[in-house]
Amino acid sequence: MTEATSDYARPTALPEALALLAAGPRTVLAGGTDLYPATQAQRLAGPLLDITALDGLAGITAGPDGLRIGAGTTWTALAEADLPPALVALQQAARLVGGRQIQNAGTLGGNLCNASPAADGVPPLLVLGAEVELASVRGVRRLPLERFVLGVRKTALAADELLTAVHIPAAALAGRSAFVKLGARAYLVISIAMVAVRIVAERGQVVEAALAVGACSAVARRLPAVEAALVGAPLSEVAARITEAEVAAALSPIADIRGTADYRLEAACVLLRRAVTQALPVEEPA
Amino acid sequence: MNQPGRFATLTVNGRAIAATGDPARRLSDFLREEAGLRGTKSGCDAGDCGACTVIADGAAVCACLMPVGRLAGARVTTVEGLADAPGEAGTLSRLQSAFLRHGAAQCGICTPGMLTAAAALLAKKPRPTEAEAEVALGGVLCRCTGYRKILAAVCDAWREDVPEAPLAPGAAVGARVRRLDGVPKVTGADRFGADEWPEGALLLKAVRSPHFHAGFHFGDISAWKAARPGVAAIFTAADIPGRNRFGVIPAFADQPALAEGTARLRGEAVALVAFEPGAEPDLTDFPVTWQPLPYLLDPAEAEAEGAQLVHQGRPGNHLITGRVRRGDAAAALAASTHVVQGSMETAFVEHAYIEPEAGSAWMEGEVLCIRACTQAPVMDRDETAAILGLPPERVRVLPTAVGGGFGSKLDVSLQPLLGLAVLKTGRPARMVYTRAESMTSTTKRHPARITAQIGCDADGHVTALSFDGLFDTGAYASWGPTVANRVPVHATGPYRTPAVLARARAIHTHGPSGGAFRGFGVPQAALAQETLYDQLADLAGIDRLEFRLRNAFVEGDATATGQVLHGTGIHDCLTALAPHWTRALAEAAAANAAPGHLRRGVGVASCWYGCGNTSLPNPSTIRLGLTPEGTLVLHQGAMDIGQGANTVITQICADALGLPVEAFTLVGPDTFLTPDAGKTSASRQTYVSGRAAQAAGAALRAQILRLAGLNGAASLRLEAAAVVVEGETSHRVDLAALPPNPHGYALMAEETYDPPTAPLDADGQGTPYAVYGYGAQMVELEVDTELGTVRLLKITAAHDLGRVINPTLAEGQTEGGIAQGIGLALMEEYIPGRTENLHDYLIPTIGDVPPIESLLIERADPEGPFGAKGLGEHVLIPTAPAILNAVRHATGVTITRVPLLPHRLRAAILAKGAP
Ligand SMILES: Cc1cc2nc3c(=O)[nH]c(=O)nc-3n(C[C@H](O)[C@H](O)[C@H](O)COP(=O)(O)OP(=O)(O)OC[C@H]3O[C@@H](n4cnc5c(N)ncnc54)[C@H](O)[C@@H]3O)c2cc1C
Ligand code: FES
Ligand code: FES
Repeated sequence: MTEATSDYARPTALPEALALLAAGPRTVLAGGTDLYPATQAQRLAGPLLDITALDGLAGITAGPDGLRIGAGTTWTALAEADLPPALVALQQAARLVGGRQIQNAGTLGGNLCNASPAADGVPPLLVLGAEVELASVRGVRRLPLERFVLGVRKTALAADELLTAVHIPAAALAGRSAFVKLGARAYLVISIAMVAVRIVAERGQVVEAALAVGACSAVARRLPAVEAALVGAPLSEVAARITEAEVAAALSPIADIRGTADYRLEAACVLLRRAVTQALPVEEPA
Repeated sequence: MNQPGRFATLTVNGRAIAATGDPARRLSDFLREEAGLRGTKSGCDAGDCGACTVIADGAAVCACLMPVGRLAGARVTTVEGLADAPGEAGTLSRLQSAFLRHGAAQCGICTPGMLTAAAALLAKKPRPTEAEAEVALGGVLCRCTGYRKILAAVCDAWREDVPEAPLAPGAAVGARVRRLDGVPKVTGADRFGADEWPEGALLLKAVRSPHFHAGFHFGDISAWKAARPGVAAIFTAADIPGRNRFGVIPAFADQPALAEGTARLRGEAVALVAFEPGAEPDLTDFPVTWQPLPYLLDPAEAEAEGAQLVHQGRPGNHLITGRVRRGDAAAALAASTHVVQGSMETAFVEHAYIEPEAGSAWMEGEVLCIRACTQAPVMDRDETAAILGLPPERVRVLPTAVGGGFGSKLDVSLQPLLGLAVLKTGRPARMVYTRAESMTSTTKRHPARITAQIGCDADGHVTALSFDGLFDTGAYASWGPTVANRVPVHATGPYRTPAVLARARAIHTHGPSGGAFRGFGVPQAALAQETLYDQLADLAGIDRLEFRLRNAFVEGDATATGQVLHGTGIHDCLTALAPHWTRALAEAAAANAAPGHLRRGVGVASCWYGCGNTSLPNPSTIRLGLTPEGTLVLHQGAMDIGQGANTVITQICADALGLPVEAFTLVGPDTFLTPDAGKTSASRQTYVSGRAAQAAGAALRAQILRLAGLNGAASLRLEAAAVVVEGETSHRVDLAALPPNPHGYALMAEETYDPPTAPLDADGQGTPYAVYGYGAQMVELEVDTELGTVRLLKITAAHDLGRVINPTLAEGQTEGGIAQGIGLALMEEYIPGRTENLHDYLIPTIGDVPPIESLLIERADPEGPFGAKGLGEHVLIPTAPAILNAVRHATGVTITRVPLLPHRLRAAILAKGAP
């Protein structure tokens, strides 16, 4: 070994972590499942802030305002948690990220900060109206997820900030959700397209619909026009009301080795229909 | 904040280890380099392969994505910690024993990751369902097994293992003998290319071209070196003492070990840097200037008039054309009742073995020793010696365990580079390719563009085939000539075809070199021919299986090369599928009765494949000796790359000799210790080396019987320093009393076998192979017509092995070949510059391989040992066409390009008019 070692910090207290970030450029290291693959070297170049020992960064807590999901919560922890049906989509996504090993290490916060167009965590959070909590020595701020993930590998995170949590407002905990992912193989696959939906139904009709599509635009998007068209729909008609034209209007997919743009649009529409069907109650509530 | 020095204590396999150095170092690197736990493998350093899986505080994680500093106070279990009582024989865990029992480890490179991932599951769920096991192992790739035996082993791991009962002498052939080299594969003790190196070895890194085609020149290399104390030496082509040109087929040798002035290939090595042990192998700012040049990636453009030449002296970028002509195909097609015509296009396919190329080298006196993963030790020796200007006797190749080869480890890769550094510095050296280096710089399956026409008469008897194949052979010749020769011979498939005109040409581009990949072009040819057969059967109004049965070769039929066949099992294979076919068609029809976007389909395709070199000698020599002390030593030179040669060759030899498999001690393919058993390719080892082993066993037996004065049915038994022979009378052959020969053996037999073939004439007429193997596979699947995705339901594989030497290994080969066929059909497409990792280059995972039922057929071959034929490549050939045929059955869509990615299938469905 050479003596060249990186400056690696793994504090347990948030203020210490924030002070380190304030003191100078430092790479935040969570699960490492995005960071390590990005280098060919046998080490990550420093300075590093390993956040996996931080108190309170992992875990899900319920409060009067809704749910707080710590940024350091792993996919496995998410999948195994006891959560309301509105979060089923997020849990389904958690089970489809990479393989077990990736789910055991990779975190929700890392997924959001990495800002890949194919990040499976984003659509399920979009349909939950999620907000991110960003902390720095300057204070704590909250941003709607839509205003946090800005583009391919681009977020609103300031250099001295840590993503500490994701908040789900109480109102968004209503209804049922589903996540459907399309890839070219069974495991360890980047999404060609993926969708999340959340539907609130009353007396056989949709009263609220939230739909989001990933991997079909630089950042996953909600589909407000399609959502509006679903409100008031009888449950038997929901899928049919999702039209390709309206889905296409909301998206701007690229063509790459995994699929053509046209294919992605068409697939997104199919996946949305299947997701709403999956999310809808099997029996109408009394 | 952590500072250099001791920063953490972690508990690995119950032992406390103080970690020093960089806390941000990958745990995998720490375990392998510092803790000496090399059972943990590195296949990608990117989370994509799972070979590095360890259990950290109860959870399976990729050690390559984990900073060692995080594990302070944590408990880590590696494969070495899985045995009930590590270090003691006979104390494997039930999981490890189940892997051996089921044949779940082939090459063994994925096995540590599979075992640890499974152990993490079993700790929570001792008797998992298959679905649970699948999810737990979804993150570990295996390129050899097709996963089915791994799943079975994990689900069966709760059971106490019952050790194998010893077999009676003469009963080894046909028995499910566990791999003889299996135990180290499940304990993590097996040593692959990256797992061993001499103390103080320099670490080598190659500087590689980032361009498809570029001129280059070096800047001030000595200044760059001088500024970096960690750099011990730098080499370029100017340092190569011998002939800087290699190639598996000497007449076509055209590839430099280090490029000279021009790089013709993305990933081509242009310089070699030797780093001091422990130095960061950093090539940043290496003084090389590139002048990117126009490049050719399309073989049709490359052969067009006026195209630039990849190699001077190969006009039209034409490497070679192979041709078989029999009768007048054009006239016969014109006279046929039904004729179909079609095309097929295939992509570069990457071997994607989980072990990237790796090895080490050192000097022993005057001898350069190279220990590396390989499929062809003697070829490595000769090529390395020529490049380094050494006589072959001064190079000793000591192969390591090989973590998958599938054809690509036939060509030398890092052997000459290791040799160069060691020869020049006098110091030991080691080299491990990164995944990206492995993918960019080594060979691929040739992309093919095939057009073909096939005709039949009103009764569905095939009349003629015309076949034209354009194969992209990339920058260097490699095995391009073999593909061009093999394809026309096999173009008819295993079917009687009275008139044939088949041509295949290999054309250079600046793409990756087209090399050997399981099947040497025949899988591509079968895709064209077998999909056309379905169309022809439909035209003739004949059931697709029946159509094949009507045309399948039978004993005494002649091939397109005019060779008369014996031991011909294709009809048997298709017949064996018949009841499955009837059931599957009925089930599909029932499922399809209801409308919907899920459509079921059933497809069938056949294969045949000549074992051994095409019309060229390829002898194997096997030596068998008895020491004066009574140790029975088999010099087994057939590289076991996971396919099982160590076990199968021993089984054959054991029965020929009349002693049990347990009596054998194996000496592997070390070029100083073991005679040449040829390369592990062309499905030749079971047949060719097996025949040599059978002959050696029989010869030694004859010597023993002669000394005992007995013949025939006597039984043998080894005792201390003696062989006891029991016949009508009992005799003791006292080995200590016999003078040992120069090899140190009291008794020894060494036998060579070379398949009897005959050259092909200008029309491709002759006897290219002595033995052919046959098979047919049936695929049941479901197409999601809205998304263009395919879900495989079941594959039934009937293969004629002549004689099944080891059913477990045969099934394992079949399942592994099928998995690669699935990849070829549905997902694998290597795009240079785009898919140079296992994230973007997709190979099947455990969830992509359906249940497989193997039907092992035995139509003995008169040449094969105990009637056996080869199998290794055959098993891959029918899978992809059977999948395409099933997709057509399900959707009515004719597919002419693989891989059939979802967007391509959806586009084809739309083009036909959406169902
Ligand atoms: C084999 C494999 C398969 C994968 N499959 C999928 C998949 O199917 N779907 C998918 O969406 N992703 C997938 N990924 C990507 C990755 O696993 C996920 O994005 C994961 O959630 C990243 O989390 P992490 O904790 O490992 O992030 P890290 O690698 O630790 O960090 C990622 C980025 O986020 C920053 N960061 C992390 N946490 C914070 C924080 N709290 N505050 C500020 N910055 C932070 C880091 O600095 C870094 O830039 C896969 C990765 C691999 C290796
Ligand atoms: S080496 Fe870690 S996943 Fe491949
Ligand atoms: S046995 Fe799995 S990769 Fe070889």
